[in-house]
Amino acid sequence: MSQARTEPSWTGLVWVHLRKDLRIEWRSREAINSMLFFALLVVVLFSMAFDPTADTSREIAGGVLCVATLFASVSALNQAWAREIRHQVLDALRMTPSGGAAMFLAKVLANFFFVSIVQCVLGPIFFIFYNLHPLGDVWQLALVIPMGTWALVSNGTFFAALSIRSRNRELLLPLILFPIFLPALLAMVLSVKTILTGDGSDPTLMWIKVLGCYDIIFTTVSLLLFDTVIEAE
Amino acid sequence: MKKLILALTALGIVALMIWGFYQAIYVAPAEATMGDIARIFYYHVPHGMLCYLFFTINFVASILVLAWRRSNPARALSADAWALAGAEVGVVFCTVVLVTGPLWGRPVWGIWWTWDARLTTTLILWLIYVSYLLVRRFASGSETQALAAVLAVFGALDMPINYLANRIWRTQHPSPVFGGDPDAGLKDPRMLHAFGWNVLAWAVWGLAIFAIRVYVERRQQTIESAEAEAALAAD
Repeated sequence: MSQARTEPSWTGLVWVHLRKDLRIEWRSREAINSMLFFALLVVVLFSMAFDPTADTSREIAGGVLCVATLFASVSALNQAWAREIRHQVLDALRMTPSGGAAMFLAKVLANFFFVSIVQCVLGPIFFIFYNLHPLGDVWQLALVIPMGTWALVSNGTFFAALSIRSRNRELLLPLILFPIFLPALLAMVLSVKTILTGDGSDPTLMWIKVLGCYDIIFTTVSLLLFDTVIEAE
Repeated sequence: MKKLILALTALGIVALMIWGFYQAIYVAPAEATMGDIARIFYYHVPHGMLCYLFFTINFVASILVLAWRRSNPARALSADAWALAGAEVGVVFCTVVLVTGPLWGRPVWGIWWTWDARLTTTLILWLIYVSYLLVRRFASGSETQALAAVLAVFGALDMPINYLANRIWRTQHPSPVFGGDPDAGLKDPRMLHAFGWNVLAWAVWGLAIFAIRVYVERRQQTIESAEAEAALAAD
């Protein structure tokens, strides 16, 4: 009877992993809560440190939002793999025939979902604290911010898995992730700034295209190399 | 005999570097608008070119580590030594680029640094390879090779962006002297000679340091595997 069962499809495997990650988070809500509070603190800290006027806040808001998300997600990304280490879950997952790429993609999707929730909550607070009054096309934000978040989460999940078995893994992840993420951060900050100030300095949307290329290239490389990382012994 | 050859090689490299220095500082004419400060070009550009060379060595060796990791561990170990040496020497060359650039920028531009595409991507390149070296320090055990090789692949992705930066975007950094605009290039043959000699001298110097570093790392690997075997035999 059991031989009649067919091999699950690749998307099916991703879905199983994703459901598992979402369920764990739903039960504990560790990642979202800690990220949310941390990002809120960063936003408050920056607004006190710079005390921006309306014009400067348009200039710097994109950068503050990106950096707040970046710092907040680093702590959560470490946790995402650290909880698989407990009770040798990671070893068990490696023994399943599903392959690393499905596990990786599910983890990225789950983390992307968590970080997006944090940004949705943070966004309005951000607009209030910084008295933001965007002058450009606001709808473009709905494109730029998810793309930047994807770049962050995809690389972050990958390098968190890479550094998980090293000594000082909490220290190592930002040291690897920040340099690699810098081009995406730059593209994201510049596009957000163009949108908020409406200065038309980027009429061809070049930075959004750069961000898109970055997402495609780095996600592909991560998917291809993830098996190597997870099976490195 | 072996010592004599090594000594002669070392002497030859030093002589070549002195010759390169003489060509760049005394023989090549001063640049028309910038004057003597432009002579830093004979150091800045060769180091930039050679840092690509060493990062490429690191990239190719890292791909070989990933390819041979399971099938041929002994070869993978030797490729790993090449990758490590390539990254270390490359970081040194990239540091020279990042130091000589501002030294030139201060008198010519009036500022030490600007965030244009070429400068920014070079700094990112340097940061990525420094983080590569940190991973090698932090990650312990046998998985270090594979993890570092994976990171090297990501580092190599920044190299073409860095190379193309002042070809795609209009940067404050001068446009490429070679392989760019047909009007560009060194017009005076003495300048071209000075440039060529310096590329050669620094390439030979860099490759010599690279070879020494690979040799030291291979010795280190031999010692480590001998220690591991001794520990196993003692059990």
